[in-house]
Amino acid sequence: MKSDKTVFGIALVALLAAGTANAAEYEVVQKNKAFSPKELNIKVGDTVKFTNEDDFFHNVFSLSDLKTFDLGSYPKGEFKSVTFDKAGKVEVECAIHPSMLMIINVQ
Amino acid sequence: MKSKGDKLARNLLLASVVALGACATTAQSEQEQRLVFEAGHPSLQYWLLPDKPPYPEDNEPTAERIALGKQLFFDPRLSRDGNISCASCHNPMLGWSDGLPTGRGFRGALLGRASPTVINTAYNSIQMWDGRKKDLEDQAIGPMEASVEMNTDFDQMFRFLRTNEGYRTAFAKAYPGEEINKETIAKAIASYERTIISNDSPFDRWIKGDKSAMTEQQVRGFKVFVDPDKGNCEICHSAPNFTDNGFHNIGLASVDGGKGDPGRFAHKPIKILKGAFKTPTLRDITLTAPYFHDGSAKTLMEVVEHYVKGGEVKENLSPNIKPLNLTQQEKEDLVAFMEALTTDHEPVTLPKLPLK
Repeated sequence: MKSDKTVFGIALVALLAAGTANAAEYEVVQKNKAFSPKELNIKVGDTVKFTNEDDFFHNVFSLSDLKTFDLGSYPKGEFKSVTFDKAGKVEVECAIHPSMLMIINVQ
Repeated sequence: MKSKGDKLARNLLLASVVALGACATTAQSEQEQRLVFEAGHPSLQYWLLPDKPPYPEDNEPTAERIALGKQLFFDPRLSRDGNISCASCHNPMLGWSDGLPTGRGFRGALLGRASPTVINTAYNSIQMWDGRKKDLEDQAIGPMEASVEMNTDFDQMFRFLRTNEGYRTAFAKAYPGEEINKETIAKAIASYERTIISNDSPFDRWIKGDKSAMTEQQVRGFKVFVDPDKGNCEICHSAPNFTDNGFHNIGLASVDGGKGDPGRFAHKPIKILKGAFKTPTLRDITLTAPYFHDGSAKTLMEVVEHYVKGGEVKENLSPNIKPLNLTQQEKEDLVAFMEALTTDHEPVTLPKLPLK
């Protein structure tokens, strides 16, 4: 039993290490009521950090079938991250300001 | 692994608190340095509207399109009972709204929301209180399709328009080669609506350099309006049209602990949008009492008092809303400022409707 757990534990660490070693982090900024960049190409397992640089609140979300998330609202200087674990196209919006749109292509 | 994660989280938290602190003070001093409250100062020019509002590629305004749109806008024969036109609820005599807390529709049906003014909707990037229509063309047919509003019988309406000589000629001039259908009707109405503009208020004249255009009290009110530590109004009622075209829950009593009008949430189910409605323009605001999407504020002072309180219902309140630190004088100054946002319009002349 103990040796099985150890083997499992080692395998898990290796898997996690492999995942984090190859995964990249990108930043998408909210500034002047727009996302920057407006389109991003990333790989499965990558993380995108959404940083608010405006003087007012934004609420980043996506209702895409591929990846649905709601980061809630946060003020200037704060950020929240999302890891994209499936390939496809994700449309990201701001709930408060509907003219803010960006696309993430996960490959 | 566990302790590493904890340390990382702690460092991130510390970093963001420091960053936030630094940003907050920078934002404040930027604000204070940014604006100089003198008539005509360059720092204030961002409050002026572009001369001409935008329009879609396939619907450039022409005299013929505007004239046709005006006829359709004022024509009650487009409705099922022949008694409701766009102008019934968007009445030029009542600030292009109807002076009611919420609208009245088909056979007197009481509607749930106030009739928005048409003024400066040409500058909006999204239409309706819940933003479910993307532009004026999209919105124009809505009230005809709504059974509680004009409740249009489209077979009857198209028969009428397509056999009326006056309208046939007008459509042919406005949209040559195109059918008389929902699309051309909407395009014409939108073209007319793009002419309903307020851009020559005492505030506008003051921004352009006329020192006497606003009173001292109104200038004080403008300062309260843009100061994040006072009115903090600019954060949503932003330049140049006094709206961010965004959606906020401002804590009205009618939100009723989540049982009231869901606002944009019904259209986009994101938590922050529960009870969130579109920021309206404040231009010509003296013409469109009562205020808020439910018409619950009868006067501009009542509006100010609502914001001073920081909203009535705190559940799901927009994070931009907080109780305000305003003196009685500052509240009165703010109301006086808002009174400077109304253009002195020429009376609207009625169109001649084609009788056959």
